[in-house]
Amino acid sequence: MAGPLQGITVVEVAGELSAYTGKLLADLGATVTLIEPTAGSPLRWYEPFAGDQPDPDRSLWWWHYQAGKASVAADLDTADGAAKARALFAGADVVVESAGPGVLDALGLGAAAARAARPELIWVSITSHGAQDPRSAQPSTDLTLLAEGGPVWSCGYDDHTIPPVRGGGGQAGHTAGHYATMSLLAALLSRQLTGRGQVIDVNAYAAANVTTEMASYGYLAARSTVQRQTGRHASPRPTQPTQVICADGAYVNTGPPRHGKDFGELAGWLEQLGLEDEFDEMGVLRLGLELEHISMAQMEEHDLVGEIFAAGRAAMFFLAERLTAYELFLGLQQRGMPAGIIYSPEEVAADPHFEARHWARSVEHPELGRTVRYTGLPVTFPATPAGPLRPAPKLAERA
Amino acid sequence: MGTGALAHIRICDFTGQLAGAGATKFLAAMGAEVIRIEDPVTQGRWDILRGAPPFKDKRRGSEFGSGFNNHNVNKLGITLNLRTDKGKELLAELVRRSDAVTENFAPGVLERWGFGYSHLKELKEDILYVSNCGFGQVGPYGTFKSWGPIAQAVCGITFTSGLPDLPPAGWGYSYMDHTGGYYMAIAILAGLFWRARTGEGQWIDMSCTEAGAALCGPALLDAEVNGRPLRRPGSPNSNRNAWPAMAPHGIYATDGEDNWLALSVQDDAQWQAFATVVAEPWAAEERWRHRDVRLDHQDELDELVTAWTAGRDRFALAEQLRAAGVAAAPVQRPGERIDGDPATAAFGLWPTVDHAAMGEIRVDGLPVHFSETDWAITEGGPLLAMHNDDVYHRVLGLSPSEIDGLRAEGVI
Repeated sequence: MAGPLQGITVVEVAGELSAYTGKLLADLGATVTLIEPTAGSPLRWYEPFAGDQPDPDRSLWWWHYQAGKASVAADLDTADGAAKARALFAGADVVVESAGPGVLDALGLGAAAARAARPELIWVSITSHGAQDPRSAQPSTDLTLLAEGGPVWSCGYDDHTIPPVRGGGGQAGHTAGHYATMSLLAALLSRQLTGRGQVIDVNAYAAANVTTEMASYGYLAARSTVQRQTGRHASPRPTQPTQVICADGAYVNTGPPRHGKDFGELAGWLEQLGLEDEFDEMGVLRLGLELEHISMAQMEEHDLVGEIFAAGRAAMFFLAERLTAYELFLGLQQRGMPAGIIYSPEEVAADPHFEARHWARSVEHPELGRTVRYTGLPVTFPATPAGPLRPAPKLAERA
Repeated sequence: MGTGALAHIRICDFTGQLAGAGATKFLAAMGAEVIRIEDPVTQGRWDILRGAPPFKDKRRGSEFGSGFNNHNVNKLGITLNLRTDKGKELLAELVRRSDAVTENFAPGVLERWGFGYSHLKELKEDILYVSNCGFGQVGPYGTFKSWGPIAQAVCGITFTSGLPDLPPAGWGYSYMDHTGGYYMAIAILAGLFWRARTGEGQWIDMSCTEAGAALCGPALLDAEVNGRPLRRPGSPNSNRNAWPAMAPHGIYATDGEDNWLALSVQDDAQWQAFATVVAEPWAAEERWRHRDVRLDHQDELDELVTAWTAGRDRFALAEQLRAAGVAAAPVQRPGERIDGDPATAAFGLWPTVDHAAMGEIRVDGLPVHFSETDWAITEGGPLLAMHNDDVYHRVLGLSPSEIDGLRAEGVI
């Protein structure tokens, strides 16, 4: 296996909150070995299943998060299983676990014991609320962590009778995993100098708390409370929409035109499409071209500037009504205006830019008789490119 | 040199906003010497957050942006005019004395200044160069503009957030600026680790959109393997969606205005615990004890749960349910989690820094602790040119009169 962490041995005690960290480390080239119960990790039963057939070897959740890892079957509450785990810890550079505070210690398999035997070991514990908070021993889910941790408060719709929204994809675990990975990499760099490892306590609730942008730092600085808005930043004061629906029913996120050049580009685009007679505010839109840059301060001073801004916004909506989301996205970007098509995750893999960058990774799945596209690497390292992705370990493939 | 895990690392840092500055914030908190270079001519305004709200008080201007302070704590700030030959010479010297060069400009900016990777490598053979832009520098969208909401739209993250028959809700903030910064920090650290072991530098060209697209893995597989795209009627239903599937699983109104409880009944055992807390006849019905039934009749179940949570206090409910072994939590406002929940302060999550212009101000800390080399955030974000004397003398060996000369010539 290649990648910047090649030669680094990671042991991961299979768990929901540790899975993503182990995956990132495998993607970086580390040798990652899972420890799971002989009956199979409960994570193997996470939906959805390939062909909707519930089977411990067909969970797509398992496929995604455990790809690139090997697995060892060991019941940690038996002497035999504990011995297997100890042997694995004794050869590890990094242990990642999310069993909950004190759970592995109670089995004689905690950080203290492992580090006494191996001072260079880096031990990463990921818990819902940190090692000291009793809530880490209580149940929590992605939904409850993002609700209490801040992201949910900022996310939803202008109409506040609609519940706030928890975004998808399991981001509470991802954010904790990002901090776990950054932290253990820093610990590996430190170990290069000192020869010593350490214990890292990663708190998923705290990770969500410091991943809310202005919701947290606006409160810290100014005691302001952001309010959620449809498809744009939550803000202490209402702001204009930035998300436009297009002729094909899909959406594009964009800012309003701000620079003199943008108004000219929009006017030119309307002419190119032969729509200049249909758009009522063409004259005002063209005036925008004369302004090198329109600042918010100017907007407050001059009525006309406000009208030009409104015409720019109207032109954007006018175009959206007549174009597909992809056409609007491409057309705005090609004319120098920031815009993003709101893709569904599966649409990303088919996008020409991502295809040109060979983003998706193809994995052979003999049981399906074909290859399957997995998400690509988040970061690539030209000096040490990653090897092919190996499918997640099946029950029968475990040591 | 400090005492943190990264005290031996020096970063020549051009990052800004959050997607870049967030990455080097982590390094600085871990003890790295992060030297942030700003343009004296534009007063550092290439990072718009320098003078952007929210503000701590009535004062405005490029030293009062609280976001800039939040993302740049513990960094050193110097100015350098790269339009001048002398400025370019000084940058070359700084690169020779650094471990990594980091930036999140639009593609090609550093190259145009004459500091593309090939030149950086001439200056220092083993330099690590990490660039981070919206789409990556190679590919059809290589020149496209991006910021957080655009990156998260294109990578699929925005779409995952929404309720049936409503537009995408998005994330309500730049999740991908935070997360792009995290991936960038991972890229820098992994690149430095490779360099520490092999002596080899490299150019890591990160694409924030690509990094974000790695965050929706099971959804891609569901489409690939089962032909079930996330874009389909009734989908996403992101408060209800869960892997594994659970019911009830949602966000329910409680007492007062805009108050909500998040509830996840993970399995049949948690349902029994939930039913005991509810203690109403409907909850005792036998049929609800079965996960399949709860999943098949989720609308009906949600109506019952909604009627039950209505008028109750979300904090009391969450505490009661958690004590019973059910996953539940209030949807917290910023003040409720920052000042209302003592656990966040007890973790040290909101360190106070003494900013040279703003005075004492709290910032986001790190959600981790290290047993041997823990992080520390003690210094506010640098004022413009704040560390010129220190860095040009201590790092580049210039005398005070030479530094004064640079100042007079408009180089720094």
